[in-house]
Order: sequence, then C-alpha cells, then structure tokens
Amino acid sequence: MAVSERSQKRKKRRNSVLFEQGAGKILLRLKVNGETREVATEGSKTLLEVLREDMGLTGTKHGCELGECGTCAVLLDGESVLSCLMLGVEAGDGEIVTVEGMMQDGKPHPLQKTFAALGATQCGYCIPGVLLTAKALLDKNPHPSRDEIRQALSGNLCRCTGYTKILDAVELAVKGAEAP
Amino acid sequence: MRKKGFSVIGKPLPKVDAMAKCAGETVYADDLNLPRTIYAKLLRSPHAHARVLRVNPERALRLEGVYAVITGKDLPEKFGIMPATQDEEALAVDKVRYVGDPVAAVAAVSETLAEKALGYIDVEYEILKPVLTIEDALASTEESQRIHTWNRRANIQKAVSLEFGDMDGGFAQSDHIFEGTFFYQGNTHLPMEQYCAIGFYGPDNKLTLWSSTQTPHYLHRALAKVLGLPASRIRVIATPVGGGFGGKSDPFSHEISVAKLSMITRRPVKITLTREETFYVHRGRHPVKMWMKTGVKKDGTLQTMHFRSFLDGGGYSSYGLASVYYTGALQTVAYKLPSYKFEGVRVFTNKPACGPKRGHGTPQPRFAVEIQLDEIAEKLGMDPLELRLKQLTEANSITVNGLRISTTGLRECIEKVAERAEWKKKFRKLPFGHGIGFAASAYISGAGLPIYWNEMPHSGVQIKLDRSGGITVFCGSTDIGQGSDSILAYAVAEEFGVDPADIRVVTADTDLTPVDLGSYSSRVTVMTGNAAIEACGKLKKMLLEVAGEVLEVPADDLEFADGRVQSQSLPERGISFVECVQKAEAKFGTLGATGSYKPPKHPANYKGSGVGPTPAYTFTTAIVELHCDGETGEIKVDKIWIAHDCGRAFNPLLVEGQTEGSVYMALGEALMEEQIFRKSGLHKIPSILEYKSPTTLETPEIETILVETNDPEGPFGAKEAGQGPLLPVVPAVSNAVYDAVGVRIHEIPITPDKILRALDGRLKPVSVPDFQFPPPIKWQPGEGVQVPQKN
Repeated sequence: MAVSERSQKRKKRRNSVLFEQGAGKILLRLKVNGETREVATEGSKTLLEVLREDMGLTGTKHGCELGECGTCAVLLDGESVLSCLMLGVEAGDGEIVTVEGMMQDGKPHPLQKTFAALGATQCGYCIPGVLLTAKALLDKNPHPSRDEIRQALSGNLCRCTGYTKILDAVELAVKGAEAP
Repeated sequence: MRKKGFSVIGKPLPKVDAMAKCAGETVYADDLNLPRTIYAKLLRSPHAHARVLRVNPERALRLEGVYAVITGKDLPEKFGIMPATQDEEALAVDKVRYVGDPVAAVAAVSETLAEKALGYIDVEYEILKPVLTIEDALASTEESQRIHTWNRRANIQKAVSLEFGDMDGGFAQSDHIFEGTFFYQGNTHLPMEQYCAIGFYGPDNKLTLWSSTQTPHYLHRALAKVLGLPASRIRVIATPVGGGFGGKSDPFSHEISVAKLSMITRRPVKITLTREETFYVHRGRHPVKMWMKTGVKKDGTLQTMHFRSFLDGGGYSSYGLASVYYTGALQTVAYKLPSYKFEGVRVFTNKPACGPKRGHGTPQPRFAVEIQLDEIAEKLGMDPLELRLKQLTEANSITVNGLRISTTGLRECIEKVAERAEWKKKFRKLPFGHGIGFAASAYISGAGLPIYWNEMPHSGVQIKLDRSGGITVFCGSTDIGQGSDSILAYAVAEEFGVDPADIRVVTADTDLTPVDLGSYSSRVTVMTGNAAIEACGKLKKMLLEVAGEVLEVPADDLEFADGRVQSQSLPERGISFVECVQKAEAKFGTLGATGSYKPPKHPANYKGSGVGPTPAYTFTTAIVELHCDGETGEIKVDKIWIAHDCGRAFNPLLVEGQTEGSVYMALGEALMEEQIFRKSGLHKIPSILEYKSPTTLETPEIETILVETNDPEGPFGAKEAGQGPLLPVVPAVSNAVYDAVGVRIHEIPITPDKILRALDGRLKPVSVPDFQFPPPIKWQPGEGVQVPQKN
C-alpha cells in the first residue's frame, strides 16, 4: 500500500470518530454486517471488545486476546483479521462481517450448512472464527485444494475436532454440494 | 415392540445444536450479560510456596467503584472434588501452594477497575522453599517442607499397593523378563473457551451460578458447603462448555468467589479468566514416572506384570485419589494377565494441581505397556500384532483384578486397522527415516461408582409429553461439545418414532433437571441413554394402552414410527403420535415420566476396587505412519488409522468426531505439548503461542474405523467414544519412531532434541525414585461378589 494511500485511510478512520465524549469515550461509527451503527466507546477498546461489549455481537469469541489462537477472527473488507489485535477505531471505515452476518436473507451460508451437517462443530467455540476465515478463502479462491484450506485455517486453533471434519466441511462447500 | 431396524440410531444426523453454533447464537458463559453486572478479578500468588501472613484490602476498598474485596477469612471452609481429600480453599487462608494460587477476590464496576484494584491489596508473605519434583516431594522429611498438613507423610498424598494372583510365581515361570522406565510429561487441556462464571444472589435469597463447568452437580455440592447455604437455595446452570476435556470438572475458586461476592454486593458478579490464568487453574495430565517389569513365555504369552507409577500431583488433591488408582487399574483389560502387581504414589508439589484430562490416569501406563510389548515382540522376533492377538481378553470374562468385561471388539480393531494401513507390507520394511507403529488400548464407559458413594442413580431423565405432541427431555447432563444433548434427543426420538429435531432438550440446570453426575469418565451416553430409554418406556406403556384400545389391536402389535403409532399386522390401522398423546392425556392426566440409571455392581471388593469398573469397556487400536528426519530429529506424521470399538455408533458422525479429536489431542501430547516450570515454580509458557499444540498443518489425515459390538449394558448397544481413542496413539508414535530410525523414546513429548540425543546414544533412561511402597493388599479373583451377566 502506498504511503499516501495509507495516510488517507488513516484520515478516513479519524473521520469515523465523530467526537470525543469525555473520559476517553468516543462516538464510533462502524459498518457491521451491512448495518451502520454508532456506539459510544473507549478509544482504547479492541474491535473484539467493541463488537462484544458495545454492540452485543457476542457471536465473535475470544481465546487469548493476544493474537495467538484465531478464535476472534472477523472479516474486515473481506480479509480475515484478528479482532483482538486491532482497535475499534481502526476498523472505522471498513466493512466488518461477523458470524452473525453470515446468514443472508435468513438462509445459512453454504459453509454454515456443511459445518452443521458434517459434525464440524463440537464445542463450537472456535467455529465463528473458522467459518469467517474459510469464507475469506472461498471468496478469493472458490476452488481451493485441501492443502490450501489447511494453510488458510492454520491460524485457527480447534481443540475438539482434529480439524478433519472442518476440512471436510469446507471441501463440501467448495464442491457446492448440498449438505446431506 | 421393535420389529424393524433403527430410524435414528446409527444415522449421520446433525447435532441438535449444530446450526446455533454455526450461527454464533449459542450463549456461552461470557456471552451472558445480566443487568447491573459487576466484575471480579482474582489476586494470585506470585510465589510457589509461601505462608500468607496478612492480606489487607483497605486501600483497594477505598477506590471508587470497588464494591467488595474478599480474602481467605471470608471463605475458610475447605472443599475439593473428592470427599476424602478436601484440601482446597477458595482463597488462601494461611498458605499458597503454587504460582497463581488465588489469595483475594475483588468486585468492581468494571473489569479494568477490578484489575487495577488487585494492585491495591497488600499481602505479606513468608516465602518457603518450593518443592517442585517428584523426587524432592518423596524425600521431604522436615515439617517445613510440607505443602499440606492433613496427609500422613509429608508431601505424599496417596500411596497404594495392590497384588493380584501370584506375581512371584509368574516371574519364576517366565522365559524372558523385560524391565523399563518411562516418563509421561504433564500437559494441559487448553480449551478454546477460558473459564467464566457469573454468580447472582437474588432478592429471594437464592443463589444462581452460571458457569462453564462439566460437573454442575458437584459444583452445587461445593457451593453449599463453602458458602454455608442450603443446597436447595442454590441453582447451578452449566452454560454450553467451549471445550472441557476434563479441565472444567472441579469446583473452582473463581466460581465460589463470584457467588460470595454477589452475596455481599447483591449484584450479579461475573468473572472471566485470562488465557494465562487457565494455565494456572490447570487440573491437566499428571506428569508420571513409571517402572514396568513384565514376564513372558518364549512364545510371547504374558505371565505377569509389575507396574509402578509416580504421579506429580501439583499443589492440591483434586481428583488425585482416583488418578493414582487409574494409573494401575486398566493394564489387565486388553490382554490376559494371570497375575499383576501395581504400586502407585501421588505427591504434592508447588505447581498448579493436576487432575483429569481425557483418559484420566490411563494414557500414561498405556504408553509404558504398549512400548514394552513392542520391545517384547521385537526381542522374540514376533509381529507386535500377533503378540497381542494371541492373548486378548474375552467377552464375559473377569480380569485378575476383578474387572468385568462384557463385550470386546479388540480383535476386530486390530485386524481392521492392520488391513487399512497395509501393516504387513510396511512394518520393518520401510526405508530409514520412514516408520510405522502400532498400539492398542482399553477404556471405561463411565465410572462404575459415583464420587460420593451412595445408592442414588448416576443419571436421571425426566420427559414431559404435552398435547401439542411436543416432547421435552430434562436431564442434568452437560454438553461440552461431545454432543450429549443430541444423544438424549436421538434416544428419545428413536423410542417414540419421531424426528429428533422435534424434541426439546433442557439440560445442566440443577433447578430444572434431574441429577446427572456430569461429563466425566466417558459416562454420559451410556448412563443418560439408559435413563432416557427407561423414562420413554413408562410413557410408551401408557400410549400403547390407549392406542391399542382405539385401534382395537393388541398393544404388542403396535410400533412407534414416522410420527405415528402403527399396527404392524394391519398397516391400515394407526394414529398420529399427537392424537395418541392427547388420548393418553385424557385417560391418564398430565403425561410425564422419569428414568434412572445406576451401573451394575462390580465383582471385586478390595480397597481400591472402586476405580476401574464400568458398565462396558471400549477398545481401540491405532497405527501411526511417520517420517523422522535422522539429521534434524523432526517428525512429520503422515497418517493415522484408528479403529474403535464403540459398541454401537449412536451417530457415526459424532463417534468419528470424538475419535478424530482424541487422535489430535494425543498427537499434541506425543509430539509437543508440555506444562513446564522454572526453578521458582513459575510456569514457563502460559500462553497459546509458547504452549505448542497442533494446528491444521501438524495434524495428519485420520482414518477412522468404527467397530460395533452391541454391548448389552449400553443404550442400543452403545459404549463410549470420547476418551478411549486417545490412548493408543501416543505409544504408537513412539513405536513408529523406532521403526523409522531405530531408537526407543520412553518419554513424551518426543521432540527432535530427544531423537537426536537418542541417535547419538546420549538419551539417558528415565530415572525413577527409590520409594518404599506400603505392603500390598492381596486379592484373588473369585473373592468378590459374583455378579450375573446381562445378555
């Protein structure tokens, strides 16, 4: 990214911080799951905290809050990002998608269907992050190989499944097959 | 009256909660936000071993927004999961026993302020020398080295010795005697969800505690004891657990603390531990040193075995009493052993307490047994599979230590896994650096005895049928991701011939649901399944009576299928399930029934015989194929084949999932995971980045083979699947390393440095301590009560 582009982006981000609201609170405008919402929040809060605590979007989970486990992954402008490693204000001008935004018109995303049908969720806690990371992959590369899926999901820890059914479910979604 | 096959059992159906989990709608503990919630934090000891001389919360209490600070004085009553060894305090009363031991708890208006307030609590410690190794713990003689004062000998929590049959005679008859030492490193569960609990002591003077727990019933007991409240005034709700693996099976300081803080502030108090804190809470796999001596005939027939285990328990007892027995109990279950002696000891050290992790106390001895069998086969020039196949235990038999085996699919597991992995083509035939290894194992489907010995059921199920045709199932069981909610729905749907999606399941709430002891010891499918079937049976009797009258056919001609009650001989006669329920409600009044399950009595009656019995054993075999680089010592696992005797696959997707997850967790333990400490007692790597666990890149393809034996004690024949499949994978990795590069690694994790040292001949054998075990309790088969077999 060119320097000027970067500073422009930063400026845009600042614009989304509408005004200071005493005691470190700011009014932040975020576009999440296609919906623009304003929240009064601390500028020091991570995107994870803003989503969960200020916007009530608890579908995004946390596993370490240090960027080590991938549990809190959300999409920012189509890229999978760790919401625990960025501030809410940094996401100001982007399009954020959380797991709650995966369903469209009340219908589950193909990945949600195949994950449910193949038993890819056990405790389910890492699944929102896994689903979004897989979605980011498929949006860019609709026909990844199993190794490419492995690579893409290598930052998302799952302690339940041994990843087998997760990889199977992504592959099934890639095939475009209706879940059995 | 079932005439045809199953309509639900055995089908690869989605779990009842699968779509909610995929949609992000499942409400885990930290997703709960009650009005007026305040937040708690625990002040943890920076010292591994110290006397707490004074805790002064005054400065913290002066901060605006800090509502309460509690210390050990506020919660002096001791607790612990095992009734005989209750040595934990919610907050240290006079001593801290590991780095991270809670000393005080704060409740404040925000989490940030609660955290800040911790720095304003003044604690004065008298620092003591920490005891950090098994050897030092066993050698503790001075009173000042004692970690606890309740136990008889300093730093020995429990020492046991059991002898079955004639061991000396067994060795005398043996042609070869094999002896080895082993070390199984400790590791932790690392569930993706951190611990979280919310306590609310309401205006009705009743306490509600929401917690990510596997054992709401035992938590209920501990809360009543420590808080001094009648249990009837306490409600525990286990929220969906974001990964347990045994790590959320104890009652914990943070749960008791938020309850107490809420009693003081009368507001909901929430605590969510950080990832770092979850490493201190721990209760994971015990580090165990082992010594094993086995006598065999020339043809490989096992004559006898003498096994010793030394468990590093950490700072508290936790499940330790059971853990030490479990290291000795199941050696006899897979292969026939005419005599056997077990000696085990669990010590206290100044580290986070160990407890039950998937396989609880049995992966460690299984590691030793399966490696030694591989060595025996090698020495005798036998195929390791043949060695095992000639001496498998049999169905309807009793082992030398009095364990009753109902069914076994071990032979089929060995044959099938060997066939799929092309064992005969590969074993000892692959080039240097490429190897294949085998191991087998046995595990329990639920502990035969409850933690609190009493005559009450281990599992209760209540079913409500209403005139809408709706079926609601109530059970205390706790879904930790293994699918126990789904199991209830499948069982009841099968019995009533309806779609599992039409069943509502209410679980893990001590106010609403009958007691189930919890998600531990792989007990849930067998016990809740049987209880559910019993409850359905009572309701079906009423429904059949009514349907028989309406349809004018004998009740035993009727079956429940496709949402109807149907005559089998006269297919045109039938009524819908809803109509049948309405007619039954008209005749009998409101419809509901309960079912209970208690495991069968076990044959043995010696002290310690309570650990090991189960309604049904499962058996598993694993073959691991890997590459091991002779230059760097690096291991790449190519593939794992696993065959598991699950009795009957209640839902093959879920059984496979449990099996694959077990293989994964085993691989982490075999290759990389370890809970390790500095000389000060400080955890070396309390973070996900440094505590290595396998990602998608380290996890190989796993091929699962399900073997069905239809156990008479299991619901629809089912046995467990959640833990047993972990056991054989770890020794199979070690055996495969030997096949690949010719060195035996007797300790895990099997890291590159160990392999290189072994290749250079510099890897020292595991040292085991000298210890005088107590004189053995001797027991002969047949001395116990005789128990009739179920057919």
